[in-house]
Amino acid sequence: MMDRLSRPWLAPIWLGLLAWPLVGWPRAGYVAAWLAGALGAWWLLSRAVRSGGAQSTLGRVSQALHRVRLRLAGRQTPRRLIYGGGLALLLIGPLFLNNYNLDVLTLAGIYIVLALGLNIVVGLAGLLDLGYIAFYAIGAYCYALLSTHWGVPFWAGLPLGGLAAAAFGVLLGTVTLRLRGDYLAIVTLGFIHIVHLVLNNWDSVTNGPNGILNIGRPAIGDFVFSRPIHFYYLILAIVVAAAFAVRRLDRSRIGRAWMAIREDEIAAEAMGVDTTRFKTLAFALGAAWAGVAGVFFAGKFAFVSPESFTFFESVIVLAMVVLGGLGSIPGVILGASVIVLLPELLREFQDYRMLVFGAALIGVMIFRPQGLLGGASHGHS
Amino acid sequence: MLLQQLVNGLTLGGVYALIALGYTMVYGILGLLNFAHGEIYMIGAYLGIIFLGLLIQWGVATHSLILALAGAFLLAALYCGAYGFTLERIAYRPLRHSHRLAPLISAIGMSIFLQNYVMLAQGSADKVFPHVLPSGGVMLGQTPVSYLQLFILVTSVALMAGLHFFVKRTKLGKAMRATAQDHRMAGLLGINTNQVISATFIIGSVLAAAAGVMIAMYYGLVNFFIGYMAGIKAFTAAVLGGIGHIGGAMLGGFLLGLMESLGAGYLSSEYKDVFAFLILIVVLIVRPTGLLGERQRERV
Repeated sequence: MMDRLSRPWLAPIWLGLLAWPLVGWPRAGYVAAWLAGALGAWWLLSRAVRSGGAQSTLGRVSQALHRVRLRLAGRQTPRRLIYGGGLALLLIGPLFLNNYNLDVLTLAGIYIVLALGLNIVVGLAGLLDLGYIAFYAIGAYCYALLSTHWGVPFWAGLPLGGLAAAAFGVLLGTVTLRLRGDYLAIVTLGFIHIVHLVLNNWDSVTNGPNGILNIGRPAIGDFVFSRPIHFYYLILAIVVAAAFAVRRLDRSRIGRAWMAIREDEIAAEAMGVDTTRFKTLAFALGAAWAGVAGVFFAGKFAFVSPESFTFFESVIVLAMVVLGGLGSIPGVILGASVIVLLPELLREFQDYRMLVFGAALIGVMIFRPQGLLGGASHGHS
Repeated sequence: MLLQQLVNGLTLGGVYALIALGYTMVYGILGLLNFAHGEIYMIGAYLGIIFLGLLIQWGVATHSLILALAGAFLLAALYCGAYGFTLERIAYRPLRHSHRLAPLISAIGMSIFLQNYVMLAQGSADKVFPHVLPSGGVMLGQTPVSYLQLFILVTSVALMAGLHFFVKRTKLGKAMRATAQDHRMAGLLGINTNQVISATFIIGSVLAAAAGVMIAMYYGLVNFFIGYMAGIKAFTAAVLGGIGHIGGAMLGGFLLGLMESLGAGYLSSEYKDVFAFLILIVVLIVRPTGLLGERQRERV
């Protein structure tokens, strides 16, 4: 009993002591005091809520999220209303935003496409891919090279970049067929590092760390995409296409096969699912969307360099998928938006924003391990 | 030239092996990739510098520099053990029974948190590790081996031998092996698995701290982002040897160090990491469970 009572109150002292050598004496005391204050406030809050006869605040929030999810998955009419309204807002709202905000939204769009693509591999087929950004890089560099050497237009680059990425997806998928779980993860991790190092060092083709400049921007006739709002509408179209495609896949025979592989690969194989084909297909289709996002990236910024395609980016996209809810399309979109927009909203914290961001990732996982919009078991019955 | 590269490779390999051990022990027991382990190593490197500075300030160094160094080592290891213990309590224990990716994401969150925490506390500029060991060395035939390299090699081998003894001969080591074999069964037989898991994190972190302090001495500079690459390389080493296998992590660490220094010396220094990863991929494709890992039967 004593043990249980004293522990939460020891935590701030313990953490303050841990922080002491790194942050110095008076600051370690502030850390401890601040933590104790936060803990006390939390305790009072949860006591107040509990004495009110209701569940904890977190329980309520989580229930509300669950209801939203049910609503989204449920009847047709309200869902269409929500989606229609959301789309209308996304179409009209940006007309009133400044360029900076449009750029942030465009960035969120790129990450949504990436997260939707990775969701095919991780969420639907259950293959842990830590090197997903490699395909993004391949798409971007493919278009960058095609555009600067042969003047290939953006609209031709879009499918070509997707195809090139898909081809590498098939390659990676074929090579790693025998590997399971975490071993697959480490090979994909090796893959992103190899791609990154090759981009950095193969100077004659990729121009090394300096990157490739003057990539052609998208154009229709004489109209050249140049202002942020043009790119915003372009990425919005790509996001809608990706969300639609992933949804159709999810509900198709292929999606069912992936689900079977994800839940139990051996059982799936025993039931006659061609696991080799479907696993490779998952890699290829996931990679294709990353390739498309990469081409868009190259077209938008007219510049690519290896710096944009690191393992860390891969990890961030994975965090988006898991944070939103594995396998849930609205969840993945929410996860990507939160992760891009959160650091922007945290700008007032300035230097502390990445610290808060890391802590928030831990917090969400502790209180909602299935993700913000994920069901208890990811998947539909 | 060859001998020189071998010595460099073994020195680096010893450090990789020490970090890899932390990954492999945690993986063996929890089946979890402890992504934040590299940050513990980085914190170890910082703590080494900080405690050495404090000890010098308190005048310990005037008696004996070696004593101050040993003290800094010990304090950094102790503190890192506490960090590892706390890390598991906050980021992993609440997620013990959720799906596989949840602890991975909280580990990533922890990694981002710790990096930024150290950056905020210590600044983003390089920290310098003072020269403490005499700069000379011994000659191995015609190859000079510095005292520092000798010190790193001896320390890492001694720590690994100590770990081996601990795991094979002590009661807690036995409990660790039992928990790694079958978590639930070990619990049913009266082993406090929570304690074993905590102990595993503490031991892994102590080894990472030792590696961190030694790398700080070796390169002389420390920064808040060094944990990331070292972590990935050590993890690669652990997988190369067969993750979950203690001997495998040691072998993988030394092999990776050797491959890197030989690759850099004879082939191309820009592509040295590419070789390491390519060899890893080839090994995994030929032997999907690593060099020493046992083949796992698939249970249906």
